[in-house]
Amino acid sequence: MGKLFDELSKDYRVREGLKTCINCGTCTAICPAAEFYRYDPRKIVDIVQSKDEEEIEKLLKSDTIWYCGECMSCVTRCPRKNGPGLVIMALRNLSAKLGYFVYSEKGRQLYPLTKMLTGNILKYGYCVYPETFRWEDHIESGPVWKWHTQHLKDNFERLGANYQGDGPGVLRKIPQESLDELQRIFDVTGATERIETVNRCSEEVAEKMGLTMEEYFRKTFEEASPGHLNAKADEY
Amino acid sequence: MRTRIMIYQGKQKIWSEYQKEIPDDHWFYVRSCIRQNFFPGAEVMFMKICREELGKDIYETPHHTTCGGIAYHCDTIPQETVMTIVARQFALMTEAGYENYAASCITSFGNYIEILETWNEFPEVEAKIRELLWKACRREFKKPKYVAHASDLIYKFRNDIAAKAKYRLVNRKTGEPLKVVEHIGCHYSKMFPSKGVGGAEYPYVLCGMIESWGGNVIDYPERRHCCGYGFRQYHVKANRGYSISNTHKKFESMEPYHPDMIITNCPGCPYFMDRWQYAISEMEGKTYGENGFGIPVFTYEEVASLVLGYDPWDIGLQLHQVAVEPLLDKIGIPYNPDEKYKGLNHKDIMRPELPSVLKCC
Repeated sequence: MGKLFDELSKDYRVREGLKTCINCGTCTAICPAAEFYRYDPRKIVDIVQSKDEEEIEKLLKSDTIWYCGECMSCVTRCPRKNGPGLVIMALRNLSAKLGYFVYSEKGRQLYPLTKMLTGNILKYGYCVYPETFRWEDHIESGPVWKWHTQHLKDNFERLGANYQGDGPGVLRKIPQESLDELQRIFDVTGATERIETVNRCSEEVAEKMGLTMEEYFRKTFEEASPGHLNAKADEY
Repeated sequence: MRTRIMIYQGKQKIWSEYQKEIPDDHWFYVRSCIRQNFFPGAEVMFMKICREELGKDIYETPHHTTCGGIAYHCDTIPQETVMTIVARQFALMTEAGYENYAASCITSFGNYIEILETWNEFPEVEAKIRELLWKACRREFKKPKYVAHASDLIYKFRNDIAAKAKYRLVNRKTGEPLKVVEHIGCHYSKMFPSKGVGGAEYPYVLCGMIESWGGNVIDYPERRHCCGYGFRQYHVKANRGYSISNTHKKFESMEPYHPDMIITNCPGCPYFMDRWQYAISEMEGKTYGENGFGIPVFTYEEVASLVLGYDPWDIGLQLHQVAVEPLLDKIGIPYNPDEKYKGLNHKDIMRPELPSVLKCC
């Protein structure tokens, strides 16, 4: 493997998102994550720009790169047309590829995310699906969602959706041949390999922690240690 | 006089940069994962309005899938994967004989634009994706001539909808225009301003609808702040403080302006702005609407359907957590409270429990 910066430079999101950062901090000023977390996108872009391998490796193993919400507000505001959010995406991609994500608490969340989202895509053809968006995991979705999930077929029928039905329409059953195509796309584009990497690295960590994978899922999905939030958010 | 003409022409020139060409007809439509889950009636109504009210040709194939955008922005799949899923969607459009592509989802819309722009700048990436698509699916594609977000279509036909409208966004008792907050999904135009109506600085796609349908647009300090979705910052339970904090910030900022309603064009934003109002009420005892209610949050399809006179429960407003009835009363839209939570043919399917603080009907 080449140097980490060289690896990052191959990513089109770095080629698009990192021209010449002048360290003005406008991205940090506009960033919703910077207000909430101990997070400064300006510093991240500056570290990548510095090509300091040691610092880049630290970043890839840190919580820091996982704080961004990818809203891309920074892209609009950068006076030099950089895309700090795109640079973050490239860093996350490399961290996942190299297995560095397991070194941080926020990075380890890649396991439940991968399981939920790629599971939904390959099984149903949707990123989000009513059967797996459980009220118990989303109590903020309110009593109305709890009621809705108890009456999915009735409510979808009432509203003219085609829930789990053949043909077009809202929440139709995606035909098996289309799901097979998605699986083959995953196989040839590196997504299947990525899922295997995330699973393998997560299983190694879970074993060290003495947890089953279900326990590891719950831990990474639900637990947050102190220290991630900035002082103002911590008070709140 | 000459100076005034020059100023006018100068303004026209400036604003021309914020205009967006939107073809009149023949669209290939792709659905939104989030909208289908949380606002299923909105997509049903979009098709109905386009086909039956406006007489447009809008086509959907059952073979289209998620664009993978949420998985991509949660960093669970590589860029090549999302690009190839999108290439497959373009192949389905090509095979169906369409050139205009309309996405229901803002994350998808941003995704499509980002991918097409990357392919324009790096043609070797497009060539690689074409190879990968052929290898996986034996499909080929033409790039769309035009990509729109579905709200662009309703914006284009806003005056036709106004001409057919039974109701206006006006307070029936006072005759005053309703005070409306518009919220644009971040990925609509923050990344590629020229691809959205009004760009990133003056997004006009929802303002145009509000003005055409009789409402007044409210400006407030955090108008352009993200709704708080943040992808992994919501999907992982441990991170949801990020999400609610951002929504809280927006509501605190809009509160002094007393909005009657909120309209959104992104599928996720109305979910978060609706549900986090409920969570804030449970956590802090605070509500943002009048008399203990919340501020009702709508998709643009729902608002178009309301002004056209469709039954609120036929378009799915019963799936909102924040009660919409105070707004329906203000406009004078009739509704039957007994039918709100009924299934098809008045089937009794119980009703949701009431929140402990947020007032609901």
